[in-house]
Amino acid sequence: MEVSTTTATRLPAEWQDFFALTKPRVMSLVVFTGLCGLLAAPGHIHPVLGFTAVLCIAMGAGGAGALNQWWEADLDAGMKRTAGRPLPQGKMDRTSARDFGVALSVASVLIMGLAVGWLAAAILALSIFYYAVIYTIWLKPRTPQNIVIGGGAGAFPPLIGWVAVTGEITWMPVLLFAIIFMWTPPHFWALALFVKTDYAKVGIPMMPVVAGEDATRRQILVYSILLLPLSATPWFIGGAGPVYGIAALVLSGAFLLLSLPVAFRKRTGAEDAMKPEKRLFGFSVLYLFALFAALVADRLIWGQGMAS
Amino acid sequence: MSMTPEEEAEFRRRQRSRNIALGLVLVGFVLLFYFITIARIGSH
Repeated sequence: MEVSTTTATRLPAEWQDFFALTKPRVMSLVVFTGLCGLLAAPGHIHPVLGFTAVLCIAMGAGGAGALNQWWEADLDAGMKRTAGRPLPQGKMDRTSARDFGVALSVASVLIMGLAVGWLAAAILALSIFYYAVIYTIWLKPRTPQNIVIGGGAGAFPPLIGWVAVTGEITWMPVLLFAIIFMWTPPHFWALALFVKTDYAKVGIPMMPVVAGEDATRRQILVYSILLLPLSATPWFIGGAGPVYGIAALVLSGAFLLLSLPVAFRKRTGAEDAMKPEKRLFGFSVLYLFALFAALVADRLIWGQGMAS
Repeated sequence: MSMTPEEEAEFRRRQRSRNIALGLVLVGFVLLFYFITIARIGSH
C-alpha cells in the first residue's frame, strides 16, 4: 500500500494535468473577450497575426492560471470547488506547475512582441504580472477588495486584442477594460455568497466573510448600477453604434434587475437554496458574452472606423 | 525506487503520451512561425 502512495508522486503528470493548470473554462471567456476586442477595433490585421494575438492572450492567461495554482496549491486543497485540481490531487509536483506557468507566460509575451507588436506584448506581460503577483500573491490573501483589484486582470484581454490591431491605446479599449473591471465584483461576489463557507475555511478574506453578507449584497447593487451607464458609454461617445448601445442598455438593465433581489434579501437559513444569487451569477457570464458579441456585431453592421 | 511491472508500464504510457503531446505542440509552433513569417513578409 505504501508503494502506491509514493509512486503517485513519482509518476510523471499527464498532459491533461498541465492543460487543467491553464484553467480552460476561465480561458474561454478570456479568448472570447480578447477576440472581440480584436474584431471590434478599427483597422485591419492579417488573419494569421490576429490568430497569433488571440493565441498569445490564451497562452498568457493559461500561464498566469498555472502560476496561480502553483501558489495556491495548499488553499485549493482545502476548498471543495478546487480540491480536484492537479496539484492538490498530487498528480504533479509544484515545481513542474511553476515552470510550466513561467514558460507559457514568457513564450506568450515574446511571440506577441515578435509577431504582432511590442505594445500589445507589454500589456500582456503587465496583465500576467498583475494576475499572478499583484492579485494572487499580494492582495488576494490580504484585502476583501481583492476581487475589485483582481477584476483588473480579467479586464485586460479586450484591451490587448484591440491594441494588437491599432498599435495604440485609445478611449474605446480603455472603456472595454473598465466595463469588465466593473462587472467582475458583482459577478464574483454572487458566487462568493453561495460558496462562502469554502473561502472562510481557508482564510481568504472574501467580502461576504469579512464585511458580512448584507454589505456584500449592497455592493453588488452599487456595481450593477454603475455598470449600466458605463456599458453604454461606448455608444454615447460614438465609439460604437446603436446595435451595441441598445444591447448594452438591455443587458445591463437585466443585470440590474437580477441584482435587486440579491441586494434586498437575507439568507433564510442554512437551507437557503440561494436561487437569486445563482441566477445572477449564471446571467453574469451570459452578459459578458452577449455584450462583447454585440460590440462585434455592431462593428460588422455599422462598419468602418468610427471614432476610436 | 524499483517499480513493479504495472507501474513501469504506466510510467512508459504517461511518458509516451506526454511526448506525443509535446511533439504536436512543437509542430504547431513550427507551422505558426512559418505562417507568421509569410504574413509579415507579405505586409512589407
